[in-house]
Amino acid sequence: MKAAAQKRINQMVQKLTHAALIPLVALFLFLLLWSAIAARIDTSLGKFPGPVQVWQQSQQLITEYKEEQAREAAFYERQEARNAERLKENPDADVTVRPYTGNPTFFDQIGTSLLTVATGFLIASLIAVPIGIVCGMSAPLYQALNPLIQLFKPVSPLAWLPLVTMVVSAVYVSDDPLLAKSFLTSAITVTLCCLWPTIINTTVGVASVDKDLLNVSRVLRLSWFTKTMKIVLPSAMPMIFTGLRLSLGIGWMVLIAAEMLAQNPGLGKFVWDEFQNGSSNSLARIMVAVLAIGFIGFLLDRSMLLLQRRVSWDKSAVLR
Amino acid sequence: MSYLSLENLTITFPTDNGPLTVLDDVCLKINKGEFISLIGHSGCGKSTVLNIVAGLLQSTRGGVLLESREVNDPGPDRAVVFQNHSLLPWLTVYENVRLAVDRVFATSKSKAERHAWTLHNLELVHMSHALERRPAEISGGMKQRVGIARALAMEPKVLLMDEPFGALDSLTRTHMQESLMEIQAALNNTVIMITHDVDEAVLLSDRIVMMTNGPEATVGEILHVDLPRPRDRINLAADPTYNSYRAAVLQFLHERHAKPDVPHSKSATNERPKLKLAAG
Repeated sequence: MKAAAQKRINQMVQKLTHAALIPLVALFLFLLLWSAIAARIDTSLGKFPGPVQVWQQSQQLITEYKEEQAREAAFYERQEARNAERLKENPDADVTVRPYTGNPTFFDQIGTSLLTVATGFLIASLIAVPIGIVCGMSAPLYQALNPLIQLFKPVSPLAWLPLVTMVVSAVYVSDDPLLAKSFLTSAITVTLCCLWPTIINTTVGVASVDKDLLNVSRVLRLSWFTKTMKIVLPSAMPMIFTGLRLSLGIGWMVLIAAEMLAQNPGLGKFVWDEFQNGSSNSLARIMVAVLAIGFIGFLLDRSMLLLQRRVSWDKSAVLR
Repeated sequence: MSYLSLENLTITFPTDNGPLTVLDDVCLKINKGEFISLIGHSGCGKSTVLNIVAGLLQSTRGGVLLESREVNDPGPDRAVVFQNHSLLPWLTVYENVRLAVDRVFATSKSKAERHAWTLHNLELVHMSHALERRPAEISGGMKQRVGIARALAMEPKVLLMDEPFGALDSLTRTHMQESLMEIQAALNNTVIMITHDVDEAVLLSDRIVMMTNGPEATVGEILHVDLPRPRDRINLAADPTYNSYRAAVLQFLHERHAKPDVPHSKSATNERPKLKLAAG
């Protein structure tokens, strides 16, 4: 009994080391290659950052974040003390709580970027999935819309951006804007690029619903709504999710470029500011951003996959 | 006046090489409670006949009368058992049948009655043990049982079966045929079943409708199977009447209406049609 259990544990350990070892070796080789090549590239801002400098700068960014947080806490503490004092002197004193206006840290910028991409992606999905469903169910409508979809699909976000900027400036006029214009511009640009993969994949998914299942719905005389909910949507769900994942991936890529140009205070602006700043640490800090962008993009894709697993009826399907 | 009447069904499909007439003047009168088999070579338009009766296809000329009323669109009064079962993979066995029950008896049965009716029909096909399983988790024969339960649950006037056991192995098929005879003895439905299997046709049917080869296929011959029920396949195997029916169908299929692309030989006539087709 004991020996068998011991053997099983050994096997598991062996399996785990195998699963972890190969990627770890590859990562180590990549780091070696990176530092070797980086040391040979001279730029006007010094040598290209290697893994060590990037690691140091990532620590530096965390320190800056903590310092900024401390400053913010101190600011509110001071303000509260001051207000309390004034109220003690004169209970009717007009005290206001002023918000802290320090520099956004790297982590604030990640938050802004995530919020922007989520907004753009959500708007795009809410438009694209219904369009895809009706396109998939109606061949004439598909024929009508397909040329437009094909025309707009390959357009780069950078081409949309000036137009979106001007339209947002012209249309979104308010004395007390709830959302910053740069935020809107970036989010709408993301939307415009996120629409197409979802529309196309939803259309294909809906159009390729098994004909026999549609015959079942005809024999049962299901209403349009029931047919859509019970047969078409579940059947097209994997394709819809494929489209959504592609869209989110594109949206995240597009966002960085949009933020750079629209000056939305997110990761794109961080990269742009560091580039303009041009200190000896800038390249390493940009590299930290690059890695963060990649890692977050990966996490976004994984979370879509998790969502798909939750929604999908076919729990056994292999999802990658 | 017959219960179900197929009147001069003709259907023409447009193709790149001009119009193709698949069915030409198919006439058939079916009585209530009758079990009809449609048999013929592949591509002779058996499924097309069934689809027209189901309302899934529209005939170019002629029409279908059910209780003296013309049928033009699909409906639950003509339930279809599809060859590939066509269960919704994201619903459980129970939910698949319940979907049909809810649709057909939305107003006439209470919720509790619909639940009971769903269970009753699954009981009828011996699938009560797998209510919560999904189609992917049950065998082909079980899926087809659920498909039959779904069709029966609609209380159809006519039950249409498109090669219901064609995709099953022969042992499972035998079981399914027994089950179907058992159900038929209890419910006495009006059934049109498409089959490739001569034994199946003779065993189950009251009449076997043999179709000529397509295009422009039509009803070639109709054979009355006058065997007492309940029928037992083992006893029938040695029964001369049964064998004469079998021979008649085989003769029709392989001598008078052999597929032109199948090499025709006298010795092959005793073989099962499937084998012969496979050879061609």
